[in-house]
Amino acid sequence: MSSPTRPVAVPDSLSVAQPAAGLFGQYDLDRTHDEMFDAPGHARSHYHALLDELATVTLDDLRRRQVEADRAFLTQGITFTVYGDAQGTERIFPFDLLPRIITAREWDTLERGLAQRLIAINLFLKDIYNDARILAEGVVPRELVYSCRHYRREMRGVRVHRDVYVSVAGTDLVRLEDGRFVVLEDNLRVPSGVSYMLANRAVTKRVFPDLFNKYNVRPTAHYGQALLATLRTLAPPDRPDPTIVVLTPGVGNSAYFEHAFLAREMGISLVEGRDLLVHDTIVYMRTTSGLRRVDVVYRRVDDDFLDPLAFRSDSHLGVAGLLNAYRAGNVSVVNAIGTGVADDKAVYAYLPAIIRFYLSEEPILPNVETYLCGNPSDRQYVLEHLDSLVVKAVGESGGYGMLVGPHSTAAQRDEFRTLIQAEPRNFIAQPTLALSRAACFVGSGVEPRHVDLRPYVLYGDKVTIVPGGLTRVALRKGSLVVNSSQGGGSKDTWVLLE
Amino acid sequence: MLLSRVADALYWISRYLERAEHTARLVDVARDLGLDRAAAVRSRAIERLYSSLGLPSAATDGEQSLVRLALFDTSHRNSVAACVMSARENARQVREEISSDMWEQLNDLFLRVYKLQDAAAVGRTHYVSRVIVEGVHLFAGVTDATMGHGEGWQYLQAGCFLERAASTATLLDAFLIDAGDASRAALDQADWVALLRSCSALEGYCRRYTADVRPERVTEFLLLDDECPRSIRFAATRLEAALRAMARYSGRPGASRPERLSGRLRASLDYGQVDEILSDDPHAYLTGVSRQCAQIHSSVYQSYISYSIETALSA
Repeated sequence: MSSPTRPVAVPDSLSVAQPAAGLFGQYDLDRTHDEMFDAPGHARSHYHALLDELATVTLDDLRRRQVEADRAFLTQGITFTVYGDAQGTERIFPFDLLPRIITAREWDTLERGLAQRLIAINLFLKDIYNDARILAEGVVPRELVYSCRHYRREMRGVRVHRDVYVSVAGTDLVRLEDGRFVVLEDNLRVPSGVSYMLANRAVTKRVFPDLFNKYNVRPTAHYGQALLATLRTLAPPDRPDPTIVVLTPGVGNSAYFEHAFLAREMGISLVEGRDLLVHDTIVYMRTTSGLRRVDVVYRRVDDDFLDPLAFRSDSHLGVAGLLNAYRAGNVSVVNAIGTGVADDKAVYAYLPAIIRFYLSEEPILPNVETYLCGNPSDRQYVLEHLDSLVVKAVGESGGYGMLVGPHSTAAQRDEFRTLIQAEPRNFIAQPTLALSRAACFVGSGVEPRHVDLRPYVLYGDKVTIVPGGLTRVALRKGSLVVNSSQGGGSKDTWVLLE
Repeated sequence: MLLSRVADALYWISRYLERAEHTARLVDVARDLGLDRAAAVRSRAIERLYSSLGLPSAATDGEQSLVRLALFDTSHRNSVAACVMSARENARQVREEISSDMWEQLNDLFLRVYKLQDAAAVGRTHYVSRVIVEGVHLFAGVTDATMGHGEGWQYLQAGCFLERAASTATLLDAFLIDAGDASRAALDQADWVALLRSCSALEGYCRRYTADVRPERVTEFLLLDDECPRSIRFAATRLEAALRAMARYSGRPGASRPERLSGRLRASLDYGQVDEILSDDPHAYLTGVSRQCAQIHSSVYQSYISYSIETALSA
């Protein structure tokens, strides 16, 4: 899989004419793709109206709106619980005021590319849990799949309704220097963050009401209905009026707000493992009106904790017997069990081949080139270039288990060198990407910060993508890590109608 | 339809808060009335208080330890601080089922209780009790005004009034036992006034019977009055109404066990005669009330919350 490395972005400031003097005083352009400007002092046309609006406001105005926005998040309870805080303090996920704008044309490509990718991923999962044709033909190495921590033998031969394994995906995209979107990773287990996508829109509407008149922004508020409709199509066929629930690990989980939010948006019950029980391979929830049969479980609990009889026996978060009920076809679990094998970062490298294999199409959205440390020649390349590559542990997410070469110390590189040599299958490396930058309000003015994009893709009887996504922002100047656990924030994402 | 876990949490939110309010008021009254009384009378009142709150009466070195134990000692699960903490913990688990205003009010009370320790340490017991009682009242008002009066609300009602009936019964019993103790001096007027004030019932009593405070009238008022909001009969009437509504919501109205038990309790209070109760065995009567409250509690659990799967499947 090796190929010449992509040049590493070096911050190389060019002078930029200041479109709204003052606010943009510190705005520099470097080699990365800038979402707002295509040349110094020259904004892309779809940002003109936003810049006009900014020309009419003062720094104090923006600060006031920032306070207003932060308060809106706090009072709506859109917060993280800070673990281990006896006083019950909660914090908001940092929000940037300025929307990130995506044109209709760009979105059209993204939409087609994401749908293509998710359809191929589902065909892949069906294949590896049944005939394993793709492994037999050597397109994907057998040991890569079978050595994956998230591969679930229990799913072999299980009939999954509609053959839809992943019905809720959150795909992380980044934009390279030439402006192309590429897929950085797929989140196919329990992707989170969609509540922030919705909340960001609600708050932006509140702080920039007039701006919406100047744009044709496509709405996102129907995500709850779209998700509910998707879940309904996945109910067992003999259950025409299904009872659907959201399964949460509980109030201690940092994404609990989102679980509760989605249950409320869909008008369905938010349950914990202890609310459910299985009798004769039927799942019930315990209510004040007696036991009520459950047909679809939209679970936000990881595979490992889902059923103590099948997986980790020390889990109190799951439901004993759920896997058996699922295998009997009496309940749908969404996403299906064992989907993590397809978002393994080493399997990711084969996604273009997977798309070609099942669909006989070229991938619409390219991958980032990826070196598999399990592969000897790739491994040697990676070990020689640790200072310029990003190394990731294949089974981790959330920005953990990661080495960003250009920002690393010699000690960190040595640590990863040892780790890679001990367990090569466990690591991949990618060139340090020059993520595109979007205009952000940083308190003293507007400056560019690196961003990514996570649209949420739904798949039931068809693929549905609510136009938008979560734009995550690396708020620390120069940082490339957008994860909320690592100092990231987010901003509203506008997809334009035309 | 309500998840059993959610019903359980709602029921306990209001039970714990009712308990916190009751304890705070009791401590306040005991402090206040104890100030200008003889030491022996005073320690007897404190002793009575310990027994009515179910506190271990080992360290009875005066009011300061009572204040600490009854208000702030979280190792004792009936202390005000422990009750408010438990109520908040229950609310946190069902935050989506209650209104944001309720959550904020309860969270605010929780945060204030911690800060109150400093005030209590410098002897401002009255202020501390006021803050707690007011905080619970505010929560009740916010609940009434902002939460839908649906199935969940009925569980909040049931928890509050069940706790109230049981704690008033225990308190009244402690006074009657002490009064009936032939080896000790009779309780005086001030003791019975303290009892009425502990139930916010002095003013109501005076309107009904004038300020002539007599034990049998106090007993009648706290046991059988249908208007005094802290009387046992009043609480039992509200409890029965909540349990009827719960049965209706569950789709199994009519002769559910919680309804029958609470109806029986309410009826015995509706038609009871205070002279008969007092001449018969008031202690047995009041422990009977407490026992019936405990039965109602477990019948609610058996019917709606921790019912056996086998009975639910055959239903």
